[in-house]
Amino acid sequence: MIDFLASVVAWFADPAHWRGEDGIPTRLFEHVQLSGAAVAIAAAIALPLGLYLGHTGRGGFVAINVANLGRALPSLALIALGLVASIALGLGLGFWPTLFALVPLALPPILTNTFVAVRAVDRDIIEAARGMGLRETQILREVELPLALPLILGGLRTAAVNVVATATLGALVAGGALGRYIVDGLALQEYDRLFAGALLVAVLAMATELAFGIPAARSRYSGSARPSDL
Amino acid sequence: MRRFLPVITITALLIAACGGGAGTSPSADKPIVRIGSTNFSEQLIVGELYAQVLEAGGYKVERKFNLGAREVVLPALESGQIDLEVDYLATLLAFLDKSAQGSTDAAATAKTLDEKLKAKNLVQLDFAPAVDQNGIVVTKDTATRLNLKKVSDLTAVAKDLTFGGPPECPNREFCAQGLEKVYGIKFKSFRPLDVGGPLTVTALEGKQIDVALLFTSDANIAVKGFVLLEDDKKLQLSDNVVPILRKDIADKGGSDLRSRLNDVSKKLTTAELTELNKQVGVDKKDPKDVAKEWLRKQGLLK
Repeated sequence: MIDFLASVVAWFADPAHWRGEDGIPTRLFEHVQLSGAAVAIAAAIALPLGLYLGHTGRGGFVAINVANLGRALPSLALIALGLVASIALGLGLGFWPTLFALVPLALPPILTNTFVAVRAVDRDIIEAARGMGLRETQILREVELPLALPLILGGLRTAAVNVVATATLGALVAGGALGRYIVDGLALQEYDRLFAGALLVAVLAMATELAFGIPAARSRYSGSARPSDL
Repeated sequence: MRRFLPVITITALLIAACGGGAGTSPSADKPIVRIGSTNFSEQLIVGELYAQVLEAGGYKVERKFNLGAREVVLPALESGQIDLEVDYLATLLAFLDKSAQGSTDAAATAKTLDEKLKAKNLVQLDFAPAVDQNGIVVTKDTATRLNLKKVSDLTAVAKDLTFGGPPECPNREFCAQGLEKVYGIKFKSFRPLDVGGPLTVTALEGKQIDVALLFTSDANIAVKGFVLLEDDKKLQLSDNVVPILRKDIADKGGSDLRSRLNDVSKKLTTAELTELNKQVGVDKKDPKDVAKEWLRKQGLLK
């Protein structure tokens, strides 16, 4: 066990593993790029939808259940389907098939949290805002959104952490990213490489968690300050 | 080795259960032959070839196909749970003795292998001309454009080409390392894909890679119109198809048994094997029917 850990440390210490197209910086960048793109696309779909559904209070149940399918479908199957689709569309291997699997994974937490967060805003505050003559878009933007923000960020955080951990599967369809170390480590029976890859993913996932935690904590204060301004 | 023991034990039990006591004392002068195989489709096909030709010769054959990897099949053969399996010269040699030097010459490899088998009371018959080994493959377009026929034709143009194959390829003597050492080929980049599987085929077809590592008997080479470059500097070891028998059965069967099996091997070329693989892998035909049709065509079966 000690020997193994020492070999993992040695793997990290090897300067050859820090440069080139299979180097840690490249793979880390690919991982962040892929995960970032997946969360951004999911957010672009789920945030407006969640805000609208939450504000109007209509159709939320259906939308959330449909989105939850994304959580139920195995990512591995989605990657395989994505591979077929991606080849048919001439987008190639790696990045796009993985993205195809990651977006459905990221959708449900963002949509659910956004919807619930907006619904949970105190109805009295919204009535008061309406009474003061705010238009619906103003209510959404200036009352509901700030109050819902901590929970929305929580949804983004959950999505991002899931995506970072799952993006490793991309290596199975010839993608780059940190999953490369895991898949190649297994193929080469180089278990120090495999373990190093898993460690890097875990660290990146924790860093993601923390990164979303900071604005979430801040927004709690600014958010609670807003209603009293009204 | 230890971790395979449970598998072997289970396999042994299964085989014993299925065998129903047959095999140890055949009443006729022709022994019962229990044929085992590993778990990929080419193995089922060649297993059928040898099985059917023996059946035609009046032998009773028991099929113990799809047992698992070589780690399972070979101990089953050694311990007498099966009598015959079909293997590949250089790979089997490497399996039996990690330090053994395989050769690019099939006859030399067979000779070295023979010594290793003797110690285990196993006998190899004549090896077939059919070889299933690493093949360097390009699309027809690429072959025409760069005028590629042999692997050595790649040396001059490789710096602009992307190579794709199994993830372990860069660290393997018979893959990227050997290509560089023996041929002086250094590709622009390497893309880790799969072991002669669908990813590699798709990547080559979709032009994500220019050069691919596939197996020489892969049906996709024919189906997709790929060009298999000739290994003109003999990097790949001779992985010819070869039937391996238990010595006791070989002795009981005598020259009749040997010659029947050798007749099949003689006719089995890489092109024939590839065509057989295509009929099963691409056309989705039953290995049994494919084998029967081929044996008829070769005049080995009426």
